[in-house]
Amino acid sequence: MGIVSPGFQGRPRSQEPTLPPGQYLTEDFPVLSAGPTPRVSLDTWEFVISVENGTERRWSWQELMALPQETPTVDIHCVTRWSKLGTTWQGVSLDTLLDGVDTGAHYALAHSYGGYTTNVPLDDLRGGRAWVAHTFDGKPLAPEHGGPARLLVPHLYFWKSAKWVRGIRLKTMDQPGFWETAGYHDYGDPWREQRYQGD
Amino acid sequence: MTERAVAEGTERPAPNRWQVGRLVERRVETRSAQTLVLEVPDWPGHLPGQHVDLRLTAPDGYQAARSYSIAGPVVDGPAGPRIEVTVQRVPDGEVSPYLIDVFGVGDPVEVRGPLGGWFIWRPEQTAPVQLLGGGSGVVPLMAMIRARRVAGSKVPFRLLYSVRTPADLIYGDELRRRARDDFGLDVAYVYTREAPEGWRGEPHRIGLADVNTHGWPPDLEPLTYVCGPTGFVETVADLLVGLGHPSRRVKTERFGPTG
Repeated sequence: MGIVSPGFQGRPRSQEPTLPPGQYLTEDFPVLSAGPTPRVSLDTWEFVISVENGTERRWSWQELMALPQETPTVDIHCVTRWSKLGTTWQGVSLDTLLDGVDTGAHYALAHSYGGYTTNVPLDDLRGGRAWVAHTFDGKPLAPEHGGPARLLVPHLYFWKSAKWVRGIRLKTMDQPGFWETAGYHDYGDPWREQRYQGD
Repeated sequence: MTERAVAEGTERPAPNRWQVGRLVERRVETRSAQTLVLEVPDWPGHLPGQHVDLRLTAPDGYQAARSYSIAGPVVDGPAGPRIEVTVQRVPDGEVSPYLIDVFGVGDPVEVRGPLGGWFIWRPEQTAPVQLLGGGSGVVPLMAMIRARRVAGSKVPFRLLYSVRTPADLIYGDELRRRARDDFGLDVAYVYTREAPEGWRGEPHRIGLADVNTHGWPPDLEPLTYVCGPTGFVETVADLLVGLGHPSRRVKTERFGPTG
């Protein structure tokens, strides 16, 4: 426990749902990005998995839509401390996309239209825990929230859920991405409050 | 923006820990914003545009932390370094009303920082700078303007500041003074609800003509910093890209409903 702030009570807490430490509940959907919102045409959109041996698998928008779709309802947690509960998405599981990909890599670097990158251990993209999501709350995902498609990895802080995702590169060595290079934690578990390097 | 450009444009700070700072002074900026001067004995220094986390603890151990942009360079106090943050009251917020109404001079607060390695300006940079701020989004931009002055930088700066009414201008007096005294700094305003007497034009939300008139043209290859509420930043960043500014030279910081 830190030093007590004289006169600080905080919000009433009895009715608060269980949130990761340091998080508070929001009903809005805040937008946080490092630059302008990229506008990506569905005609040229693609998702590419590049394997460490140099092979690539790619899907067009139509091909992604033809894959089995899932509709996860998940809680999301932003490192800036808002959490949003029970959000509903539609997308394709990374299990589906990685099915048949022969790899010995342990790391993935997600990369986006616009140049954003973020690193995630490959195991964290498997086991029904990660999706390429294109629909939020029943509607096409808005550009400022990462549309046409974003990565959705809800068990990690939301900067790992790369907006405008374009693909993942499978890597044998971990390579920090955009925010990780700028001082954020390499893994980003909200329940362990892994916000910044050293947490 | 390539990965290489990202890596070169970012600062990888050393891990930092919570430490105890103390409020030594507060200044009223507007009816809803105040500047808090915090003495932080082990402050490691920072770059303009970085922010700090402040953490409060209730008697039962409950904690709430929020991020605030640092408003200017380190100030030397008699007992050590001081930093300034400007806090805008969020109605129904949990932290900002405490910091504005209850937090007293001499009171402790936990501080962590500096944080953020992207939305920063380095005084040794030479590209022209355009700053576009909405509401309290002016705070990290003011940190850049103040750092430019302290460093004696001659880099041309333009600030376009969108605000509801003249009474909502944060740092209004200082900006008037600096626009007069800091050679190479231009300051322009957009009023969205109520304009002061003598201001040319009607109150309006920021638009293409404002950005085009008061920004730098793309062929001067300026660095651009946009900070404000989400709608403001989305609008301005889209306009800048539409005017031909490459996305990788437009850095944005948005604030949502944090309290």
